[in-house]
Order: sequence, then structure tokens, then C-alpha cells
Amino acid sequence: MKKFWAWLALFAGLLYFALPLIGMTEFSLKMRRGEYSFDAYAKVLADPRFQETFTYSVGMAIVTILFGVFLIVPTAYWVRLKLPRLRPFIEFVTLLPLIIPAIVIVFGYIRLYNTSSWLPLTGSATGTNLLLMFGYATLAMPYMYRAVDTGLRTIDVTTLTEAAQSLGAGWFTILSRIILPNVLVAVLSGAFLTFAIVLGEFTMAALLNRPAFGPFMQLLGANRAYEPAALAVIAFGITWGCMALIQIVSRFAPKAQSQPH
Amino acid sequence: MTNSAPAAQDRTRARLPLHWLGVVPFLLFVLLFLVLPTMNIVIGAFRNPAGEFTLQNIRNLFTPSIMAAYWISIRISLASALLGCLIGFAVAAAITMGGLPRWIRSPMLTFSGVASNFAGVPLAFAFIATLGPIGLVTVFLRTNLGIDLRSLGFNLLSFWGLTVTYLFFQIPLMILIITPALDGLKREWREAASILGATGFQYWRMVALPILFPSLLGTFALLFANSFGAVATAIALTGSSLSIVPILLFAQIRGDVLGDPHLGYALAFGMIVVTGIANTIYIWLRARSERWQK
Repeated sequence: MKKFWAWLALFAGLLYFALPLIGMTEFSLKMRRGEYSFDAYAKVLADPRFQETFTYSVGMAIVTILFGVFLIVPTAYWVRLKLPRLRPFIEFVTLLPLIIPAIVIVFGYIRLYNTSSWLPLTGSATGTNLLLMFGYATLAMPYMYRAVDTGLRTIDVTTLTEAAQSLGAGWFTILSRIILPNVLVAVLSGAFLTFAIVLGEFTMAALLNRPAFGPFMQLLGANRAYEPAALAVIAFGITWGCMALIQIVSRFAPKAQSQPH
Repeated sequence: MTNSAPAAQDRTRARLPLHWLGVVPFLLFVLLFLVLPTMNIVIGAFRNPAGEFTLQNIRNLFTPSIMAAYWISIRISLASALLGCLIGFAVAAAITMGGLPRWIRSPMLTFSGVASNFAGVPLAFAFIATLGPIGLVTVFLRTNLGIDLRSLGFNLLSFWGLTVTYLFFQIPLMILIITPALDGLKREWREAASILGATGFQYWRMVALPILFPSLLGTFALLFANSFGAVATAIALTGSSLSIVPILLFAQIRGDVLGDPHLGYALAFGMIVVTGIANTIYIWLRARSERWQK
């Protein structure tokens, strides 16, 4: 009896998740009347705006990841090493972007960094790109910090630091050649998740008026019938790819050791 | 002794401020790109265009059209959070303790990770292709079973349409969060209960659910906030035909449709208050529930 309900729950769940995926795939193949074809995909991929916005968003994702790594890894390391009592506070701060909706944050950016403010970032394209990158880094912060902090938990930060210091290493060497390689798997998990988030992000890019992939998808959705379904399949593939990469790199993660302290 | 004491004191005095310097870049970033922008909105909500303190912006929220937007937003969030919790719990229970083959569990969790991140514009496209006017399911039901969803009152651009769509990321999030909690239910508790003569129903009502309750309610709050702040899915799905709070705010930021920029501040402030309350409940309850998962 219990098994019956379990199968029923699983089956109902699978049906609900499978239908939209089948629906979008089938719809994306229907552009040519009466037969299945890849016309919608060919049309989307050949669209110069697709290439531009996709390249833009991939570039933004890479810059965001680099910035996030440079900001989060030293901070998480330093807090674990020197300021353990600050950890709950820092952890709470990194969760704030989950509490404050992205649309509110970007609204604040527009009001705070407009052309007549003390730091007129929205005045130029480069400045706006920078602002958008900071916004993405904020959105990714909860995931990035959590991933890196989990990675740091599996290594003995204090011993590694003292060993490196007694061999004459400076802070830069310790971070780049001792700590980073040790938490690389965790950093990569955070990076792939950041990539997935940035690539599909709509609200911030749209309101800051940047030519990103998210607003392009929305624009196409408002004007076309079949191409959006093809885009949805591509976007789902990218999300799936990022998650698969996280699973793959996690296999190489060191197992959490039981630490005496 | 007398020589070393001042030296040690000197060292701590010289070192203490340096420790704090290590987190300054992070705190500066958070201040500039998270705290100050949010404070700007909150303060703006209590100011008139001349910069004086006022409660008029907040009072202006209590007009029928804005209240209606908040009300439908809250209803969609409540419904999708409640259904997300129930269905997610059922699926999580099925894969953890339902006696299903073991190999199902891992792919199901991986898929949940993917689906919980498959939100925004593409998700809306997927549902338009499935439940829209010429979507897969709509057409199938109409031609094969003679059921016309539209004449039954179902419309993707409505309360139920949005709720059904949001469930696509709500259910997997619930599965991801509640599965570890279900794993944390110890076999001994169930055995102890049944030795004392408890039925399966009594075990759930008096042992398992009270232990899981903080996790359940906490996840419910998280899911609520999750759908309350969702902008992209709603805009891609409905254009701007459905007046929910995020869409209203989006239009306001774009083009000042309310005619009063400070009403936009108040609208955003209202969102922070609602998601803030939901998430405070979540964080508080998560800390409580972790006590049982040692």
C-alpha cells in the first residue's frame, strides 16, 4: 500500500515535470507546417542579436565569476582563520540577497548611481556594465559564499596557513597556491551556478538597459511563436549542463574530515 | 616577566585593527551594492519630493488598485508555496521512505537541482508551449478528449496559470530542502513508537511531524518569498496584463506609470517588508530545526 502511494507521488511529479519539457521541445520543432524540423533553432542561432546578447551574457558571467572568487575566497578564508566570531554575521549578510528581491536592489542602484549622483555609474556603458556585474555578484553571493565556506570546512585552514608561513610564504602565495587549489572544487561549483544564474537573468539587465540574453529572450517571446520554445530548450540545456558540471567536479571533492576542533 | 608583558600588549594593540582590514573589501562591497541601495529605497519611501519626512507615500499604497496587486501577489505566493510544500513533501517522502528502488533517488535530486534553477523567461516559454492556447496539453485535451480548458475557465495568464508555472521551481526547491530533513528522522524513533503501540498515523502525528514542523514551516516561508519576488517569469508569461506587485514595480521603474516616483519607493518598501517577514520566519525556524538534525 505504501509502495503504491510512493509510486503514485513519483509518477504524478514526473508527469508534471515532463509535460512542459516535452511541450516546449515539441513546439520548438513545429515551425515548418506539417512536419518536424529544426527551423526555429536555425533561425534563433542565425539571429545576430542572439549572438550578440549571448556573447555579452557569457562575458558578464565570466567577469562576475572572477570578481566573486576574488572577493569571496579571501573573505571566507580570513573569517575562518582570524575572525571566527564574525562568521554568523557574515553568513547572515551573504543571505541578504535572498531576502531583498533583485528588483528592489536594482531600483536602488538606479536611484543611487544615476547621472546626477556622487558616483554616476549609469552615465556610461562601461559604468553600467560594471554596475550590472556588481549586481550579478550580489545575486550570486549566497551560493558562492556557501560553496566556498563548505569547501574551507573540509581543510585545516590554520595548520595549512602556519605551515606555509613557516616556509616563508606571504599572504598572496598562501591564498593563490595553498587555499585556492584546495577549495577549487567548491569554487567551481559556485562558478557554474553563477554562470547559470547570470546567463538567464532578466530583471537587472532589463532595468539597467543592457543587451543581455535574458531581455533578448523576453523580447523574442513577445514577438514570435516558435523561436521562444527553441530558446527555452537551449536555456534548459545550459542549466542542465551547469548542474552536470557541478556533479562531475564534486566527485573530485575531498571528503569532509572529522576535525578535532 | 615585566619586560615581556608590555611587548605582548604592544603586539595585540598593533594586530587588532589589522584583523578587521581583511574583511573591509567585502563589507565595502556589501555596503555599496546591497545595503546603501536598499536603504535608499526605504528612506525614499518615507520622504516627499522636497526631501521632508512623510507617511503619505505609505498611505498612498492603500488605494484599491495597489492593494489588489499586493493581494493577488500574496495569494499566488501562498498558493504556490503551499502546493509546492505538499507535492514536494510527497515526492521527497516517496524517494526517501516509500520503498522505491534506490537508484531513483539520485537522478531525482539532480533533476530537482536543475528544475529549481530553471526559472525566469524560458520557464514561461515552456508553459506557454504546454498550457497556452495552442500548447501541447491544451490541444491534446481539446482534440482527443473534448475538454476545452478555456471554457472551463483556465487561462495561463491568471492566478492559477501563474501558480501552476511557479510550481515548476517551487516543488524541486522543497524536495532539495526537505529530503535531508526526512533522512534525519531516525529509524529508532519509529521503532520506539511502534514498540509503545503507536500506529503509523500516530507516529506521524505525534513524532515525525512535530520534529519536521520547523523545517516545513521554514521552507514554506522561503518558497513564499521566492515566488513573491519573481519578476521574469511573470513578465514573460503575462506581458503586463496581470497586475501583480513585481510587474507593477517593474513598469514603474521603467516609465513612472504611477506618476509619482515616491510611490515606487513605497511599493518596493512593501515588497521588502513582505519578503523580510517571510524570510525572518525561515531563518529563525531553520536554526531551530537544525537542532534535531545532528
